[in-house]
Amino acid sequence: MEDIEKSFETKELTISLGPQHPATHGVLRLVLQLSGETIVKCTPYVGYLHRGVEKLGENRTYFAALPLTDRLDYISSMNNNVGYVNAVERLFGIEAPDRAKYIRTMVAEMGRISSHIVWLGTHVLDIGATTPFLLSMAQRERILDLFEMICGARLTVSYPRVGGVRNDISQEFLDQLYEFVLEFPAHMDTFETLVTENRIWKERTVDIGIISAEEAVNWGLTGGTLRGSGVDYDVRKYFPYDAYDKVEFDVPVGKKGDCYDRYLVRIGEMRQANRIIKQCIENLPAGPVMADAPKFTLPPKDMVLKDMEHLIHQFILITKGPSVPEGEIYVGSEVPKGELGFYFISDGTGKPYRMRVRSPSFIHASVLPRLSEGGLIADVIANIGTIDIVLGECDR
Amino acid sequence: MEPLQVADKLKERFSEEVLDVREFRGQVSVTVKKGRILEICRFLHDDPDLYFDYLIDLCGADYLGKKENRFEVVYHLYSIRHRHALRLKAEVSERDIRIDSVMPVWVGVNWHERECYDMFGIVFAGHPDLRRVLLPEDWEGYPLRKDYPMKGPDKEYSGFVDVLERSKKYRQYDWYQ
Repeated sequence: MEDIEKSFETKELTISLGPQHPATHGVLRLVLQLSGETIVKCTPYVGYLHRGVEKLGENRTYFAALPLTDRLDYISSMNNNVGYVNAVERLFGIEAPDRAKYIRTMVAEMGRISSHIVWLGTHVLDIGATTPFLLSMAQRERILDLFEMICGARLTVSYPRVGGVRNDISQEFLDQLYEFVLEFPAHMDTFETLVTENRIWKERTVDIGIISAEEAVNWGLTGGTLRGSGVDYDVRKYFPYDAYDKVEFDVPVGKKGDCYDRYLVRIGEMRQANRIIKQCIENLPAGPVMADAPKFTLPPKDMVLKDMEHLIHQFILITKGPSVPEGEIYVGSEVPKGELGFYFISDGTGKPYRMRVRSPSFIHASVLPRLSEGGLIADVIANIGTIDIVLGECDR
Repeated sequence: MEPLQVADKLKERFSEEVLDVREFRGQVSVTVKKGRILEICRFLHDDPDLYFDYLIDLCGADYLGKKENRFEVVYHLYSIRHRHALRLKAEVSERDIRIDSVMPVWVGVNWHERECYDMFGIVFAGHPDLRRVLLPEDWEGYPLRKDYPMKGPDKEYSGFVDVLERSKKYRQYDWYQ
C-alpha cells in the first residue's frame, strides 16, 4: 500500500475561495495554497466593495456624512450611526439630553441583537445547521419591524442625529419592544438547545482557530473576537458613552480563544443586550430628544416651515455646515463587530478636513491567515464565521 | 497615567525627537520626527509603566499647502492594562516619503500600513508585504491625497477597459456553433 502512495504524484494546490462564495459573508476572496487538505498559505483579498467613504466624508458637512455610516456595516447600521454622532458631538462639544441618550442606547442594543442573530444564523448555516438560521431570521424580522416603527426604515436607518435623535418614540413602540424583550430569552434558550451542546457543532468549533489573549491584543482584535480570548476590553465599559454608565450589564469573556468561546461570548452578549434594553425601557426619562445647541443642531422642522430665522439658520447649517473648533479627535464605540472608531481632523470649517473610519472588520479579515494556516480547509469556513466580518465595513 | 504625563515621559526619553505636544478635549497628541519612530514605538510598548499593548489605529493625513511636511502618519495607542491613551503623529515630507514600519511591535498594523500606502503613497520601510489592499494592484494615483479629484481620474481604469474589450470579443463568439 505504501509503495502505491509513494508512486502518486502529489503537489501543492492553489484554489481561490470567493469572492462570490456564500460562506465568505460578502465579497471576500481567499487564495488558499493547499497541501492535501491542510492550508499552507492563506491570502485574503478585500476591496471589492470600496466606495471611498473617507474621501466622501471629507467633502460633506458633518450632518450629511451620517447616511454614509449606514452603509458601512449594513447589518447594524444603527450602531454605526450612534458611534458617528457620538464622535461628532464630542468634537462639537455638545451633549445629547438624557432621554435621547437612553433611546440611543436602546436602539444600539437592538442593533446588536439583530447583528449577532444574523451572525449566529449564518455561522451555523455555514457549518451545516439550517434550523437556527430560519429561527434567527424570524427574530431579526421583529427588530427590523420595530426599527420601521421609529424611523420608517428597516436597514439604513439614519435615526440618531448629531445632538440627539430624529424623533421621539411612541408608547406603542415601547410596548411592543417590551413584549419582545420578555419573549427573547426563551428564544435564546431555543437556539442554545439546538446549538450549544450539539456534538457536530462542538466538533467543528472547539479548539479551532485558537488565538491567545496577548496575541489577540497585539493583532488589534476587538469586540467578541477579542473577548473570546479572555480580555475584557469593551468600549462600553472602558469609555462609557450615551447611557452605558447608567445601566447594569456584564461583559462575557471566554477562556481559550477558540471558535467555540467566541460563540459563547456572542451568545452572552445577546442576553446582556436584552438586559440593557429592558433597563432602558424601565428607566426612560422624560424630556426633549434634541440638545439645545442651536449653533450645532438643526432647528425643528415645524419651526423651519413657519419662521424666517429658523429657515435661514437651517439653510446655513445644511450648505455651509457649523463652525467647528479646530482640533482633532478620535472616538470609539462598541459596534457588534468590535470597536468602530471615527477620527476627525477639523480645520474650523463645516466639513471635516480628514475623516477616518477605523473599522473592526478590516482588522479581523487581516487575522484570517493567522487563524487558518496550518489548519484544514473546512475550518476556514468556521474561522470566517467566527471573526464576524461584514465586507461593507471592511472595504469602506 | 494621565495622557500629559505620558507625553512628558516621552519627551524626557526622546527630547530630540518630540516636536509638539497638544491637547484637545482631553486627548493628547504628540508630534515626533519620523527618524526613530520604531524605537519610540518599541519604548511605548515595552515600558512597564506605559505598556501601550493595543494599537487602535494607524492612518495617514495629507496637509497639502498647510504644513511644511506634507504628510502625517497618525498612531492611536491604548494601554488596556493601565487604561491610558496617546495619539502619536510622525511627519513625513513629500520628498522623502518613507517611514519605518512598526510591524515588529504590533503585528496587527499590517493592513493599516498597507492601506496608508494604498491611499497616500507613504512607503513603510521594512513591511513584509507592502501591496495595495483596497484598490486594484495596477491603480494609478493615491485617492486620499488632497490633490486627487473627488470624482476620480478622467480616464477609465485600465482593468475595466480590459473587461470591456473582452466582453466585445465574447459578443462576437457564436455560442450555437
